[in-house]
Amino acid sequence: MNAAIVTFPGSNCDYDCYKAITDVLGRPARFVWHRETELGDADLVILPGGFSYGDYLRAGAIARFSPIMDAVQRFAADGGLVLGICNGFQVLCEAGLLPGALIRNATLKFLGQTVRVRVENATTPFTAAYEPGQILELHIAHGEGSYVADAATLDALEAGGRVVFRYVNAAGNVTADANPNGSMRNIAGIINERGNVLGLMPHPERSVELLLGSDDGLGVFTSLDAYLGGGAVPAAHFAAGGAA
Amino acid sequence: MTAARNDVLVEQPAPRPGDPMITPALVADHGLSEEEYERITDLLGRTPTYTELGVFSALWSEHCGYKNSRPLLRQLPTEAPWVLQGPGENAGVIDIGDGWAVAFKIESHNHPSAVEPYQGAATGVGGILRDVFTMGARPIAVLDSLRFGPLSKPRVRYLFAGVVKGIGDYGNCVGIPNIGGEVRFEDAYEGNPLVNAMAIGLMRKEELIRATASGPGNPIIAVGARTGRDGIHGATFASEELSEENEAKRPQVQVGDPFTEKLLLEASLELIGSGHIVGIQDMGAAGLASSSTEMAARAGTGVDLDVAYVPVRETGMTPYEILLSESQERMLVVAKRGHEADVERILDRWELEAAVIGQVTDDGLYRVRENGIVVCEIPGHELVQGCPTYIRDATESAETAALREWRPDAAHLAPVRTDAGKVLLRLLASPNIASKRWVYNQYDSTVRTNTVAGPGGDAGVLRVRGTRRGIAATTDCNGRYVQLNPRRGAMIAVAEAARNLVCVGARPRAVTDNLNFGSPLRPEIYYQMREAVLGMADACRAFDTPVVGGNVSLYNESPAGAIQPTPVVGMVGVIDDVALTIGSTFRNAGDAIILLGDNTDEIGASEYLKVMHDLVTGDAPAVDLTAERALQETVLTMAAAGLLHSAHDCSDGGLAVCLAESALGEHLPCGIDVELADVIDPAALLFGEAQGRIVVSCAPADRATLIEMAATHGVAAHVIGVVTARSTEARFVLQSAHASIRLAMAELADAYRLAIPRAMDRPAGSG
Repeated sequence: MNAAIVTFPGSNCDYDCYKAITDVLGRPARFVWHRETELGDADLVILPGGFSYGDYLRAGAIARFSPIMDAVQRFAADGGLVLGICNGFQVLCEAGLLPGALIRNATLKFLGQTVRVRVENATTPFTAAYEPGQILELHIAHGEGSYVADAATLDALEAGGRVVFRYVNAAGNVTADANPNGSMRNIAGIINERGNVLGLMPHPERSVELLLGSDDGLGVFTSLDAYLGGGAVPAAHFAAGGAA
Repeated sequence: MTAARNDVLVEQPAPRPGDPMITPALVADHGLSEEEYERITDLLGRTPTYTELGVFSALWSEHCGYKNSRPLLRQLPTEAPWVLQGPGENAGVIDIGDGWAVAFKIESHNHPSAVEPYQGAATGVGGILRDVFTMGARPIAVLDSLRFGPLSKPRVRYLFAGVVKGIGDYGNCVGIPNIGGEVRFEDAYEGNPLVNAMAIGLMRKEELIRATASGPGNPIIAVGARTGRDGIHGATFASEELSEENEAKRPQVQVGDPFTEKLLLEASLELIGSGHIVGIQDMGAAGLASSSTEMAARAGTGVDLDVAYVPVRETGMTPYEILLSESQERMLVVAKRGHEADVERILDRWELEAAVIGQVTDDGLYRVRENGIVVCEIPGHELVQGCPTYIRDATESAETAALREWRPDAAHLAPVRTDAGKVLLRLLASPNIASKRWVYNQYDSTVRTNTVAGPGGDAGVLRVRGTRRGIAATTDCNGRYVQLNPRRGAMIAVAEAARNLVCVGARPRAVTDNLNFGSPLRPEIYYQMREAVLGMADACRAFDTPVVGGNVSLYNESPAGAIQPTPVVGMVGVIDDVALTIGSTFRNAGDAIILLGDNTDEIGASEYLKVMHDLVTGDAPAVDLTAERALQETVLTMAAAGLLHSAHDCSDGGLAVCLAESALGEHLPCGIDVELADVIDPAALLFGEAQGRIVVSCAPADRATLIEMAATHGVAAHVIGVVTARSTEARFVLQSAHASIRLAMAELADAYRLAIPRAMDRPAGSG
């Protein structure tokens, strides 16, 4: 695993991702500035959380036009693994790499709290270290995290096993109370059809050490590491129809 | 970058065409007294220009010049072996060991927040972050100390919601976790809320940089946002009472841009690390005028600026406006001569605009030009240090003295004997005590992945990467205590802050204070100030926590009167082994509950009296600094030994509330079974706010060891009960001679958790 972490001027979770990979996982990672045009020899690209260009217009709306995003588009088209967390998820939707959009939370308030999400598909390169249906306690910190898409898109996501994380309650049930931001069908994270681009609103990189309360997010990084340790990046990453 | 030219002959500044005439009315409009104006003319040997009058007005305002507080502030202890930088800089700095240092400071944005809560609070966070990163420290945490009127008032809810959103949006965007603080609601703050923001930064000791303009010939560079007409005379505005006309002063409130702040933060740290600059300071209150004069005064140099080179947002701005603008997200940098291109390269990477606007001189004069023509020339030292200071008349109000003599009668105490459980539920639902989750859920408290304990506990805790250490921080002040007994109330603020740090296992190290008071021109207010500072000084000495910086906010008055005197204490402590951090809530069924310290027969100044009888009266609880220190040393010993499963300080609402809060965790509550043997009135026993008490829990096997440890320190330890099962069926059982409580924890949890959301999220238009 050799991660490139794209840093927009307003990224603020870039360092957290870097530390999760280098300190906790012990793997190499480097920052790629938004003005750069190449990703080098990276086999994983992370679009971290933050407020890429201030996001006064709409989260991620300007970031998609940054020079580095052309390289990210090519990288994804070549089958490279792309992980978008929080603002990174918003950028991926704006850039058309993932379907749907993230709009303001139903409460119209920024939400900084812990949530529970259920792993809906544990066969992806991002989630293979988890048990199917495993419940994770992760942090969210966003003002625009309500996932929306038209019914056809949602149905296609469901049918393809592409809803990867869903907000649930302590018992593991999908309920309205467990949905912090009004996301349709309690969706917290999705993957593209090819299975190499994943976006999620919760922050796995914030839950990788027990000292800080939970290491439930570590599985995302160990999944990727195990997957990438296997050799060259294949063209397709998972078969449709995941678990749960 | 363009270069400023300073090759025009210096001559006496003459009135600038278009500037108003200097008249007594204009002088008075600038908040300067006749005596102060006389000092200015003496100093200059002539009538000041309009530009000069504006500069004096800003630098000699209370906000910049501390003219009514400086003699009092000298009473505060400021030194300890671990203090690297005391008051007088952008922020105080302490050594935390292993080569690391922490910079921190608190600052008020009360008046802007009173007229424009969102931007007022947001820019308050922006300013305090800049104060910290200009010391060379990367901001790692924010805390906020807030005061509002009662939530039953629609305007108060508007202010509260706006302030919280402003703090959140700004800090969240820059990416600094909010790890704690406090919110209180009291009638006296209705017309004048308090918004005090504290920031903490971390750096290697050798990265400490001071805001000085040293080295004649070095270029002075304006960096960041362009200068506009916003916030002109904000510092002067902050130094007068709020009135009905203040709504019209909305234009004096600046607008924040956290994205630019983030760029400034990264660029500033890179500049400081690069070695290309000698000093850097935020253009905060009184903007370019104060930042440039203060940097020069610290270095004993002069400056020569030309406002024509300052990047502006609009044409036609006068020197007066450019010098006094408080446009946000601007920095003043003094670079090393010949390094301008290196500085420019770094700023360009962060897409920040910069312009050389002048240079450091050796003549000690504060000289400002407009296209080469001198419009302002003032001896710099006198401008910064020569502000007259005042010791005002101090007399306690007879009314307050009388309140202190108040004693409860049977009717005041009766509700506890009748139904103590009902009282507990009402106290838990009081916004002063109720869960503040509605507030801190709007804050990112975990970004930067160092947060070991976020908001909601006794103190926030951060780990320091690469070490075993942790940093803990808290803010505290019960204005009710200070109102009724200023000296004692301020002591309690310090004692409670220290107690809160100790409860997470941190040794208190230093204080930043925010002195919020009414008008010092009123003897009863100046009395509060003097007594509070003296009390704070005594307590800071008792806990070895010197004051390394802070802020004074006076004239916090509205047409309804002055606020409660509110000397907010922001305190920072160090945990040697952050893995031993202690939480505030009970952990395991079967654990012993131990009360350290003694219950007393006091009910004065309590939340109980306010909630049950709408009374703010009686004396503040007694405080014994020696006993308090012994208590805190005891808990630190227990914490370091790893024996504590929880620790929570007894404060607002007393022992019963402390026990309830300890039992209410994040998720499922624990139950408790407690029996109190004290033979004092049950109102005081359950809800009195006696100081010097901490409730801890431990494994049953460690009970005897803890009692022995307490005895060694001469501290009373009472085993008062046991933690029972953690479940939805958990029960709160408390028995004493004259009052008992038996309630489902679920009922307590609802009262505690829903009070503020119910008050805030009610439909628009309802009362």
